[in-house]
Amino acid sequence: MAKAILFDAFRCTGCRGCQVACKQWNDLPAEVTHNTGSYQNPPRVSADTWLVMQYREVENDDGELRWAFGRHACMHCLHPACVSACPVGALYKTDDGPVLYHNDRCIGCRYCMLACPFEIPTFQWGKGLFEGPQIKKCTFCIDRLSAGMEPACVHTCPSGALMFGERDELLKVAWARIREHPDRYVNHVYGEHEAGGTSLLYISPVPFEELGLPKLGSAPIQEDAEDIMTKATPAVLVGMLVGLGGIYWVVKRRQEMMSKDGGSGRSGDREASS
Amino acid sequence: MIGRIALRRPPISPAWVVLGGLITLAFVVAMVRYASGLGAVSNLNDNTGWGLWISFDLLCGVALASGAFIMASIVYLFGGEQYRPLLRPAILTGFLGYLMVILALLVDLGRPERIWYLIIFWNHHSVMFEVGWCVMLYTAVLALEFSPLVFERFGLEAPRRLIHALIIPLAIAGATLSTLHQSSLGSLYVILPDQLHKIWFTPLLPLMFWLTAVAVGPAMVILESTISSRVFRRGLELDLLGGLARVIPFVLAAYIAVKIGDLAGSGELGLLKDWDLESGLFWLEIMGFVFLPMVLFSLPAVRRSSAWLMFSAFLVVSEVILSRFAVGLIAIGRPEFAASYAPHPLEFAVTIGIISAGVAAFGLVARYLPLFTEYAASPAGE
Repeated sequence: MAKAILFDAFRCTGCRGCQVACKQWNDLPAEVTHNTGSYQNPPRVSADTWLVMQYREVENDDGELRWAFGRHACMHCLHPACVSACPVGALYKTDDGPVLYHNDRCIGCRYCMLACPFEIPTFQWGKGLFEGPQIKKCTFCIDRLSAGMEPACVHTCPSGALMFGERDELLKVAWARIREHPDRYVNHVYGEHEAGGTSLLYISPVPFEELGLPKLGSAPIQEDAEDIMTKATPAVLVGMLVGLGGIYWVVKRRQEMMSKDGGSGRSGDREASS
Repeated sequence: MIGRIALRRPPISPAWVVLGGLITLAFVVAMVRYASGLGAVSNLNDNTGWGLWISFDLLCGVALASGAFIMASIVYLFGGEQYRPLLRPAILTGFLGYLMVILALLVDLGRPERIWYLIIFWNHHSVMFEVGWCVMLYTAVLALEFSPLVFERFGLEAPRRLIHALIIPLAIAGATLSTLHQSSLGSLYVILPDQLHKIWFTPLLPLMFWLTAVAVGPAMVILESTISSRVFRRGLELDLLGGLARVIPFVLAAYIAVKIGDLAGSGELGLLKDWDLESGLFWLEIMGFVFLPMVLFSLPAVRRSSAWLMFSAFLVVSEVILSRFAVGLIAIGRPEFAASYAPHPLEFAVTIGIISAGVAAFGLVARYLPLFTEYAASPAGE
């Protein structure tokens, strides 16, 4: 069954333990960053940082500022746009939930980076031809999962803001928390339906846009593009071949008839050049 | 019978020195990029993974190469035999255009040495899959359509006849692949409904990219003919160019209709009154680069003047460049992750170097191969 992670923004204290645990487990090097006037650091995910906690200051009803913490990392979509976009199938969705990357196939076109509505896949900009730059993103700790362990970020979370389990179970937990404390939470589980559903589920005391999550419909965003590829493109292909062949045949017949009638030949019926 | 018209001039002129310098610079930048990665020579980053090279070299490059399939269709399929004098330069422009696109892709791709993986690893749901295959196949078609110039130059009669026998299927394949390729470049951005500005996003992007490519094909032929007639001091086929120009207003009118109709259909016409960057680009495109050339090309006086033809064609080329940059670079990106990207000077160096290589190759072909040859009616339709 499909695994998922539930992130409860109400319980999150912004300790960034998950961000550090992710680096530690995946052996990711430190990044040189600079002060952007925010606790959020580095400013976004990169090839060396697969999970970045978002530090947002949100005004509450009394006009006071309060913290809101978001979690920016791969959502492991149920219908991933990156997987649909990859021309060589270097990205793929597993039955267990993780969206994974096959470095052996990647040609480095970076269309996945464009396609992802969460702007998750990142590229190794500093690697040349011989080092072979790769696309990097959260792997759902697939190595831990296959050993029966939970992801490093969940394992390390001290406040219970992260929870790992079956997706249907976590959905039930999420809705139970919202029902139990309707004053605490926005009445919505982000990721239940967004972009066709994701393996990362969020509940939050502030609107989800404040956590840095995009407003998305419930249809997978690649639906139109896939329709173009599987329906329109074959139709255009066949239509053009038949249509152009037909036009050529008709034009040729007409020219033959005209020259038989004693016409001056091949200048055709367009404006003759001389 | 006039033989080769291209003039022989001293081998090294200042123009060649400049072109050579620009090509060398681009080559050096490419070597640095291969040694140290894309970040060493470009401002590309995780927010803006596709920059100048995709918007200009790929999107504009492919569109501006469309003269080849337009002219091949007119001459071989639609019975426009009288346009044959324009065919070879148009095929060459298209062929060089595609080779330039491939050069740019070899710089832009993260793993250029794996470009052939497209042949063995398939994901037919990906628009990029279609783009890749169209580049490969249509470049092959263009090479074949171009090959008679080489065969004639070296007197290879057998292969020349073979291509001649295959020219109709080649023209049909070329027009089909071009239609798929031009439209698929628009389809690339259909996966971005939330990231592309509403004025510029539509599921009809492939149709729009195709229509503008069809309009810019004849315009490129006009530009290329008028410029090369001056550079190589040969005669200009003004009557032919005027005839070609008559097609353009119809295509531009269709484009305006689709564009306005699409915005009206999705109830987004109101956005055009916002007077922000995206709506400004829209009005500049529609009024300056679509409506104006549509009117100009409709006027007989314009079609009889090489200078006016050139100016109007230039407007259509500007339309393609503006619309491709709008979709590929300007109206794209989510504000939450907005990061300013401006192309690095070395990105321009690569683009300019590749254009220089294309210009140099055109000059060499014009000098050494029968490019502007006028020959007695060759039996195309038989």
